[in-house]
Amino acid sequence: MVTPQLLCRVEDVAEGEARGFGPLEGYRRKIVILRRNGALHAWLDACPHYPGGTPMAWKTNAYLNGEKTHLACHSHGALFDMESGECVLGPCLGQQLTRIALAISDEGEIFVAAAQEEKRA
Amino acid sequence: MNIIGPDYLVFGVDDVAASSEYLTAFGLKPIDVTDKGGLFEALDGSGIIIRHKSDPSLPPPLPTSNMLRQQVYGVRASEDLDAIEAELSKDRRVTRLADGSIETKDDHGFELKFQISKRRELNMPAEKINAPGAPAQRRPNEIGVWEEMPAAPRVLSHVVLFVPDIDVATNFYCGRLGFVITDVLSGAGPFLRPKANDDHHTLFFIRTPEYMKGCEHLAFHMGGPTELMVAGTRFVKKGYQSFWGPGRHKFGSNWFWYFNSPLGCHFEYDADMDKHDDEWIAREAQMGPEASQIVLFEMREKWAPGGPPPGAKP
Ligand code: FES
Ligand SMILES: [Fe+2]
Repeated sequence: MVTPQLLCRVEDVAEGEARGFGPLEGYRRKIVILRRNGALHAWLDACPHYPGGTPMAWKTNAYLNGEKTHLACHSHGALFDMESGECVLGPCLGQQLTRIALAISDEGEIFVAAAQEEKRA
Repeated sequence: MNIIGPDYLVFGVDDVAASSEYLTAFGLKPIDVTDKGGLFEALDGSGIIIRHKSDPSLPPPLPTSNMLRQQVYGVRASEDLDAIEAELSKDRRVTRLADGSIETKDDHGFELKFQISKRRELNMPAEKINAPGAPAQRRPNEIGVWEEMPAAPRVLSHVVLFVPDIDVATNFYCGRLGFVITDVLSGAGPFLRPKANDDHHTLFFIRTPEYMKGCEHLAFHMGGPTELMVAGTRFVKKGYQSFWGPGRHKFGSNWFWYFNSPLGCHFEYDADMDKHDDEWIAREAQMGPEASQIVLFEMREKWAPGGPPPGAKP
């Protein structure tokens, strides 16, 4: 049984922006929320280049590449498609970020339910 | 060929402002830096040069997305430049620049420059420790740490390259430029030091596929493990992202703390690295968590035991 947890509010992430929240109870990593073409996408802040996944920002909330066209891992410069989470350039080419399912309330609160595999050991 | 080590590493970045902010916060000093980039110096004058990736004054990029554009090596004297030019001209183009420095490429296509080193000689104490049985290094009343203590990168220590072929890389740097192997992490690659530097390594290779060719990390020497941890803690407090550490490596014995960066590679603070001479016989170990570190810590927010006595009414 997983209890949904409040992550942030819809207005916290503007168009073309990415921000990191958490880590929530039960997670080792933050969750990156970005808004692209109006839609919100959430990814685990865990680059698939190394087993276990490593944090991707170079500074708090600094997840995008310089041109702001991709989510980037600032370890070795892997670029990820913001909407599909697929690595399109770099060491983990073809691998995927872990998508986090969001539930949005009528009041605009964004909730997340911790998936079992993300639970802290 | 008296190569001392890297004077500068040159990067073509996609965000000059973010990179400038990062390098300054890391503790390097901007020298004549504009919105087009410039040099960020450690205390001895070695450091990082950045320009926008579209800047035509940069050496050409690697065929990968890596942002490293050139390694600039410092040598002792002009005779060393002549010797390098003579050796490398045998099978590649070597360009002599107006200031006497020379430019060429290594066998993997990494851009290289050699110049009479611009490093300034440092004259400052190492971190001092007191231990029973040994003479005290700090006098009575001389304190070890204080909140505002300096913790600035002193010297550009080493660069680590992702290369597709370890033999090709080793043959070039050892066979042609006189580097020596100090230790080998099999499964990753060898640690190298150039002839005119007794540090355990100024160069390390990690074998990777061709499409990853580039710089994995670079490191700056700090004055000791305390400075390393103070600098890293300040960096984390400002919001920068720790990647690995603090800890202490086995090979080289250096303390380490790695951070993500907007330059497409890791930046490391290191401290207290082993020194070697030609008597040293290289060791070999299989790359892995046990071989790569003697201790590893993970930073947490400052905390102290305390609060009301147990059982006290709130
Ligand atoms: S850890 Fe993300 S690109 Fe290497
Ligand atoms: Fe290192």
